[in-house]
Amino acid sequence: MAEFTLPKNSQLIAGKSYAAPLGATNVRRFEVYRWDPDSGENPRIDSYELDMDDCGPMVLDAILKIKNDIDTTLTFRRSCREGVCGSCAMMVNGKNTLACTKAIDSYSNTIKIFPLPHMQVVKDLVADMTHFYAQYASIQPWIATQTPAPADRERLQSKEDREKLDGLYECVLCACCSTSCPSYWWNSERYLGPAVLLQAYRWLVDSRDENTGARLDDLEDPFKLYRCHTIMNCTDTCPKGLNPAKAIAETKKLLVQRKLG
Amino acid sequence: MAVPSNRPTSPHLQAYKLPLTGIISITHRITGVLLSVGLVCVVFILSAIAGGQEQFANMQILSALWPLKLIYWGFSYALVFHLCHGVRHLIWDAGKSFNRATMDRYALIELLISLAITINIIVFI
Repeated sequence: MAEFTLPKNSQLIAGKSYAAPLGATNVRRFEVYRWDPDSGENPRIDSYELDMDDCGPMVLDAILKIKNDIDTTLTFRRSCREGVCGSCAMMVNGKNTLACTKAIDSYSNTIKIFPLPHMQVVKDLVADMTHFYAQYASIQPWIATQTPAPADRERLQSKEDREKLDGLYECVLCACCSTSCPSYWWNSERYLGPAVLLQAYRWLVDSRDENTGARLDDLEDPFKLYRCHTIMNCTDTCPKGLNPAKAIAETKKLLVQRKLG
Repeated sequence: MAVPSNRPTSPHLQAYKLPLTGIISITHRITGVLLSVGLVCVVFILSAIAGGQEQFANMQILSALWPLKLIYWGFSYALVFHLCHGVRHLIWDAGKSFNRATMDRYALIELLISLAITINIIVFI
């Protein structure tokens, strides 16, 4: 159900602030969402002033600097620091992105950092992804075949067929798109969301997959697929420049085409 | 695995900045609801037209009032805007116009066209 306000235990309270080091001339302010599961308190916004002359260029660099130099309790996920692992997905200044590939200089003034929207918070910037991954598993994201594989080689794909996967295989499942989608906010129990639907489409158009009919049967559902109302937040926010909204539209088209025979 | 139940929900509407297409999408839905409500007024006008000379004259006096005129203009804009975004949805349903680069431009065009048609309605009807 659509809940437009935050529940009582999720409302923000005032947090601490940490001033810039003495003598810093190039100061930037970062406001970061904090929640400690052990404190029993509501989430708060802490603000940190950083010396930009002593900090890397990306938002992730700033967060690492806070953790290393100011407050070691700040908790977040990160791994590859180059946009291929999808771990550091978070909401920065009102839009989901990967902290590692987003330059601090692409924003002016204060930078506000929140966890991915409308998720259960495990701690600070770490959101619980269990449900998201379970939804991903539900579309069976692996090749399914009926025919035996050729005896002497792999299942080959023509260049043209391989090109159909461009713009789909690059998805790193960071969940920026799904958690930007109001439909997913209100219906994530049953709506699969843009990321998982883009992945579902990736297997629908794979020329080597032989399970298209069953995959379509599974998606033909008022909630799983058709809660997409083409709001386009997903395509707007994708840090990899992909187009989940288009993948969903193509899936809807496949269903119509199948019905028309 | 038992999950602690005190986990907060992260801010969503409170902190997310909807892109233009997102704003248009929610406006589409709101105008849809308002149009349904506005249909009551349309029914009232139709019944006045069918109700004879006196009722028609009363309706004309009422509809010359400024607040009612504003409602009429608002209704017209909501109708045209809803129609324009409906057309965009048809184009989307055909799998077209999903280009990231042109997303906002088409949204603006849609807004301008709906505004232009509404002004035409107000001036000429």
